[in-house]
Formats: sequence, structure tokens, C-alpha cells
Amino acid sequence: MSTLTVDKDALAGAADTAPRNRGRDRGPRRPLWKTGLLIAGVFATIAVFFVPLFWLFSSAMKPHQDIYSWPLQWIPREFTFENFTAAWNSAPFDRFFLNSIITTGVGTALEISLAILCAYAFVFVDFKFKKIAFVLIIGSLMLPGHVTLIVNYITVANLGWLNTYAGLILPGIASAFAMFLLFQYMRTIDKDILQAAEIDGAGHIRRMLTIVVPLSNPMILTATLIVMVGKWNEYVWPLIVTSTADMRTLPIGLLFLRSQEGYSNWGVIMAGAVFVSLPMLILFFLAQKRIIGGLAAGAMK
Amino acid sequence: MRRDALLFGALIAPNLIAIIVFSYYPALYNIGLSFFEWDFVAPSPEWVGLENYTDLFTDASFGQVLMNTLIFTGVSVIGSLVLGLLLGSLLATKVPFTGFAQTMAFAPHMLPGAAVGILWLFMFDPNYGLSRWAFSLFGADSPAWTTTSDWSLWSITIAYTWQRLGFVTVICYTAILDLPKDLYEAAALDGAHGRKLFRHLTLPLLSPIIFFLSITGIIISAAQAFDIISIMTSGGPGTSSSTLSWMVYEEAFQKFDIGTASAAATVLLGILLIITYVQVRYGDKKVNYDS
Repeated sequence: MSTLTVDKDALAGAADTAPRNRGRDRGPRRPLWKTGLLIAGVFATIAVFFVPLFWLFSSAMKPHQDIYSWPLQWIPREFTFENFTAAWNSAPFDRFFLNSIITTGVGTALEISLAILCAYAFVFVDFKFKKIAFVLIIGSLMLPGHVTLIVNYITVANLGWLNTYAGLILPGIASAFAMFLLFQYMRTIDKDILQAAEIDGAGHIRRMLTIVVPLSNPMILTATLIVMVGKWNEYVWPLIVTSTADMRTLPIGLLFLRSQEGYSNWGVIMAGAVFVSLPMLILFFLAQKRIIGGLAAGAMK
Repeated sequence: MRRDALLFGALIAPNLIAIIVFSYYPALYNIGLSFFEWDFVAPSPEWVGLENYTDLFTDASFGQVLMNTLIFTGVSVIGSLVLGLLLGSLLATKVPFTGFAQTMAFAPHMLPGAAVGILWLFMFDPNYGLSRWAFSLFGADSPAWTTTSDWSLWSITIAYTWQRLGFVTVICYTAILDLPKDLYEAAALDGAHGRKLFRHLTLPLLSPIIFFLSITGIIISAAQAFDIISIMTSGGPGTSSSTLSWMVYEEAFQKFDIGTASAAATVLLGILLIITYVQVRYGDKKVNYDS
């Protein structure tokens, strides 16, 4: 057993239970100057991450002359949304949004379905070659996109899927990380409940759908969120597999916008970056505990 | 039993087939392609043996690409690990605002690399970006980060480290909170404290997570982190910020030199296999797992 097991409540993001013990109680009370120093460190940390993000949003809402002025204008003299309308009109962002939503939505649904089926089989069905299959699936985590890029492009081209949703979505539906998270979670389900159902005559499929899936809901949600973020942010595959503006997804739209507007219109480009980032930031602030808990669980086995 | 085997097969088949078709098969086929010359268009690839590899390894610019990959990966992985351990321990102390700091630190990790890249491209703008302001505090002029070969590699490395740091911090923070308290009480009774405690107790206890973060960091940053490079520098100027992952893309999809691209991808695969071997071989031994 690892010393670093995460307790299951934190894993599932069940933060509504008792608050976690923050920090260790060690020795006597800290002297005041030390606490001051630590707080200063925390503020510095916040600044490192907050300032660039603040800069992103404030620049997106600045009128043109505020961006190209010196000394720097930290807070816009007047707030404007003209950068957003300019960005929206200079590239087909409505299509980019639609394509991102379709590829992320359908891709996530498919990947999570495969992950559930697969994790269920590994936990609840006996089979001789289980271990080999497991190693094969987890081992694919070591083969990232750039090693498989060229041949996948050839495969998709041969299937006639270039510049289609099928080509965008299907090569990415295989699931290793989400499968692993669900596998770890399903292992903790009490087998007695399933045995009782089996005695009542429920087959595997019914046991999976009526018992295991509902019980695994917290982790399914966590895995869904993590997979979703990954698909929304996907870059290199949509870049090579799509060839017309109406099939591009949002991150590729940013590249498009940059080459369109160059370095002379940062406000519009930052507005485009806000379009791409805002959905993920909102998702993160809504489901922070769940996303962090899931990723931490993956890291700590 | 037979029914179970059938069922097992049916349940894992969709996932396993997808993984074989889109991960293992292309990784193997890619090795084969690296012995041919092709441009995606010609009716059939032309066998050239090891020529793609001899070309690669006699070309000085490939040496630079490997060096860039090493610097980019090394600095971002080690940098984010050292800073992440530091910030993780800072957040684990009982002071106000640590929760908010954790949220802020993790937020960039959620963003598309394309957005992070474009944000830093603007920040590094020597005329209107934050970089000009930061350097002006010291009475200096900002370098032209992304457009000069002395700085371009550093600009993508900094941007990527910034994006990764929050993830590493939060993982370290969680691991530090999970450290067994009783060991610390025992150590305190033995009179251990401060740096000594950190070196002889905390660090060994955190070694599995440090190992994990290093391995996954190498795989992700050496092989991916492509979006930031593509948006910020496109590997340039020249090849000054080109890494293996950028090179694979550029050779295949901009120059249509499939042989060179797949040879570079095979080199990348070789590096990843060595890392995987290290993980499997030493992952459970060198690091402390017992409770």
C-alpha cells in the first residue's frame, strides 16, 4: 500500500463532508513574523498566476488606445466589448464554438461509455488474460499524439474522414486515464451487493446499469469533467485533420485569429482567447474540488 | 466461465480496439514509414533504408532540435517540480488565502495551450506587453522574446512552466497533507527539525509523487506542449525553438517529408520507451512506497 492514498471522500470531491485537516500541527505556535512572511509568499504566489489572467481579461476589454499606450494601462479607462464583436466578426467563431461543442460533447460521451464498460469488465468479470489487456490499455498512456500523428492521419484519410466530425472525434475516444480512475473507484464497491443482485437473477449488464453505474456516479462525473477539459483544449489533431474554416475548433480558431490580426491588434486577439478560455474557467470554478481531486487520485494511484 | 470470457471480450473490445487502431498500430507503422521516402501524394512510398536516420543525425539542425527538446523538457519539468514543492509546502501551512492561491495556481492548467500561448505571446511583446513593464522596473529594455533566437526557446519554456506549475503545486500540496503525522511526532521527539526533517523524512516520503511527476512531466512536455510552441514561435526563428514534437509536425504537414517526420517520431518513441523502462524498472524500487 502506498502511504499516499487519498481518502475516498476527497477523491470523489465530496467536499460537503467534514473539512479536511489543513496542514500539520507541529510544535509551538509560529511567531508572528513567520506568519507574515508566509502570507507574503502566498500573495506572491497568487500574483504570479493572477496577473497574467487579469491581463488577459483586462486587455480584452480595453479600447485600442489603452493597449498601445505607455505607461501601461492596468485597468481599462473605459470598458468596451468592441474587441469581442471584432473577434467574432473577423473569424467564424460561431462555427468554432459549434464544432468545439460537438467534438467535445460527442467525444466525451463516447470515451466515458467505453471507459465504464471497460472498467466494469476489469473489476467484476473474471477472465484469464485480464492482466495483459490491462497493461495494453494503460501502456497506451506512454504513446502520446506525436508518435501516432502521421499514421492516424493516413488512416483517417483512407477512411475518407478528413475534415469531418468522425475524423475529429473517433481517433480520440480510446480511454486509458478515465478508465483507470473508474477502475480504481469500482474496486471499492462492496461485492456483496452485487452478489445479492446476482442471486436475484440480474445479469452483468443489469448489475452494471442499475448498481455499479449509480454507485460510481461521483467518479463518473469527475472523469467526465477531466476528459471534457482535455477534448476542449485539444490542438494538434484538429489542426491537421481539418482543412476548412467551417470545421475548425476554437483553439485552432485562435491560431487563425493570430495570423489574421497579427501583432497590431492585441485587444481582438485577447478577446478571442477569452472566448476559448472562459468555458473552461467557468467549469473549473464550478467543479474545482472534483477536477483537482480526480487528477490527484490519478497521480497517487 | 465461457460466457464470462465472451462478456469480458465484448465489454473491453470497443476500448481495446480503439487503442490498438489509434495508438499501437500507428506507433509501429510509423517505424516502418521511417525507412521510406514519401510525400503523402505519390502512389507508393520509396524504400530508402536507413537514409532518413543518417540524414537526421548528420544534420546539425537536428542536434539543435534534440538539445532544445532536452532544455525545454528539463527546465520545465525540474523547474515546475522545485517551485511546485516549494509552493505546495507553502500552501500546506496554516495561513489565510491558501485556498484562493490554490485555485489561482490551478486555473492556467485548465486553459487550452493555445490560449496560454497567445497570452504569453502578448505578455512577451517588447513594446506593449507586461515584459516591457517588468524590465522597465530595472531600467532595462525587454528582449524581443519570441522573435530572437537567443530568447525564443526560453519564452516557450517559461510559458509552459507557468501552465504546468499549478498542477504540480496542487499535487505536491495534496501529497504533503497526506504525510503521516505520527512519523513527524516521532521525529520531533528525536529532536529532528527544519532542513534535516525535510531531507530525511519529507523528501523520501514524497519520492513516489516526485517520481510520478517527473515521468509524466517528461512524457507530456517532451512529446506534447505543441500548442504553445505552435502559437508562440512555430519553432523559430530558424530552428531556435523547434522541439521534436514541433519537428514531426513541421516535416510531415508543412514540408510533406514523411520519411524525415516519421524518423523523428521514431526517435521520440525511442526516448519515451527508455523512460517507460526506467519507470517500470525503478519505479517501485528506488522510491518509497511502504507504509
